[in-house]
Amino acid sequence: MAEPHQEAWSSRLGVILAVAGSAVGLGNFLRFPGLCAQYGGGPFMIAYFTSLLLIGIPICWAEWTMGREGGALGYHSSPGIFWVLMRRPGAKYLGLLGVLVPVGVYCYYVLVEAWCLGYAWKAVSGDLTRPGFDYAGFFNRFTGIGADGSALHLGLDAVGFWLVVVFVLNFYFIYRGVSKGIERVCTWGMPVLILIALIILARVLTLGTPDPTKPDQNIIAGLGRMWNPGDWARLADPQLWLAAAGQIFFTLSVGFGVIINYASYLKPKDDVVLSGLTATAANEFCEVALGGLITVPAAFVFFGATAVGGGIFGLGFQVLPNVFAHMPFGTVFAVLFFALLFLAAITSSLSMLQPGIAFLEEGLGVRRKSSVALLGLVTSVGTMLVWWFSHDLKVLDTFDFWVGTIGIFTQGTILIVVFSWVLGFERGWAEAHRGAEMAIPRFFKPIMHYVTPVFLLGIFAMFVLQKAFGWNLSFVAPRFAPSGYITDLCGPTPNGPARVAVLFLACIGIFTALLINLAGERWAAKSTPGDSAP
Amino acid sequence: MTIAGWITLILSVGGVTLLFAWCIVRVLRKHTPDHELAHVEPVEEDQTDQR
Repeated sequence: MAEPHQEAWSSRLGVILAVAGSAVGLGNFLRFPGLCAQYGGGPFMIAYFTSLLLIGIPICWAEWTMGREGGALGYHSSPGIFWVLMRRPGAKYLGLLGVLVPVGVYCYYVLVEAWCLGYAWKAVSGDLTRPGFDYAGFFNRFTGIGADGSALHLGLDAVGFWLVVVFVLNFYFIYRGVSKGIERVCTWGMPVLILIALIILARVLTLGTPDPTKPDQNIIAGLGRMWNPGDWARLADPQLWLAAAGQIFFTLSVGFGVIINYASYLKPKDDVVLSGLTATAANEFCEVALGGLITVPAAFVFFGATAVGGGIFGLGFQVLPNVFAHMPFGTVFAVLFFALLFLAAITSSLSMLQPGIAFLEEGLGVRRKSSVALLGLVTSVGTMLVWWFSHDLKVLDTFDFWVGTIGIFTQGTILIVVFSWVLGFERGWAEAHRGAEMAIPRFFKPIMHYVTPVFLLGIFAMFVLQKAFGWNLSFVAPRFAPSGYITDLCGPTPNGPARVAVLFLACIGIFTALLINLAGERWAAKSTPGDSAP
Repeated sequence: MTIAGWITLILSVGGVTLLFAWCIVRVLRKHTPDHELAHVEPVEEDQTDQR
């Protein structure tokens, strides 16, 4: 058995808010509204809720269940949990991505978190809502999107200072541990986040027609831009299903290595069914009911339909600050909005560090100071790469694709296949109901057993074929052409920073695999014949 | 905004809000047994035959 860990949640609401905090991020307030408006409210929401039922909730329950069972056996990291549940020496490597993905995502996510804090400060100073402020120019300077190395400054108007601040904050809270660090931040942070979002929502819904000379740009029309169904025939478009399923998958943080780790700190008979559903519902409330009513309608009433199509960063860091500048008490709402984004980001970034900390402590037997120092070193190098190679945000985008997209899909697929087909579905179903405060509806049984793994494998295959191999998503006349993510690495004109990013990820992947090997030897040596471990 | 848009909005926003509210109420509601629990003396594994 692994050494006993003292880490535990101090309350049930604490763990729910921590999981919800991990899931609620920038995507809830920026990515989801953009996708919904792009694909038309009705068809997109049908695909979205179908994906929630078929992959989001089932994988969430599977991950909570496996995490709690692994924790009861003394393991808190993905490699340890897969090893102890599957009882095969090689199984520990199935959990590799459960460590690598959150660490890799943290490397760039923390930079975006620093943008949010820097923008919040800029809003406090009043500059962000000053008439005539150059939003595009400031964004380019702040992020260094124009040239590599151009963001490497430390003043209050540069991202460097804020990056140091958020790095220190994250590692301070993670050093304090699960209960005193993560749980305390999320217990305060999540209610404050929802309160801020409700205040901004009230402001947006009472905007009316801000410019009487443009009567078409009113709040009702803005809601229509977001929610009008458009063309129902789009339901037959594979691209729409891919976008909706991808959004559900990424917004819930399933397959990320976080939920399985967080659930491992539960007691053996703590409920996972209602808790998992509540965390999911909290994320959906923030995404659909808050994000869905704030971002796009606010942008529309001031700048019309064209303002909505600028991508996540364009919408969040260029359009919306301009929206606040045109709004009564805009400075207050700009501060609140970027504080909201920062809270959403820090509750997520904290969750990305804990799986790595748990693995280092239980796999190598190191103490908290050493694990924090080692993880701090690795993530500092990764973040430096993203910070320095800022031209076109190439390294950030490369990290996001290979780790934050392909890695999460892969780990999520491994998780549901292991739960449903390897460990034995009936056993997993019974384990999920141990201590449960509600029964999982029986129609989820065939869904979790067959539909979820097959649906996820299908979506994953289509995603890889489209995003990596350039499939035109046509079954009748399919065409393939390697996408930029492939040609950046091995095309006729490879991209240096992209190659550096993938090399870095490969190095920490190999390093993690070696550490898992060492951890396996340690776990095997500690397990006695009477133990349930392999 | 069209009728279909309003329906989409109300169903989507209302659905997730109701689900969230229902879950939170269930989580926060204290579970108190409606009967008195039986008093059971702890028994060690090697004393089971002495009960």
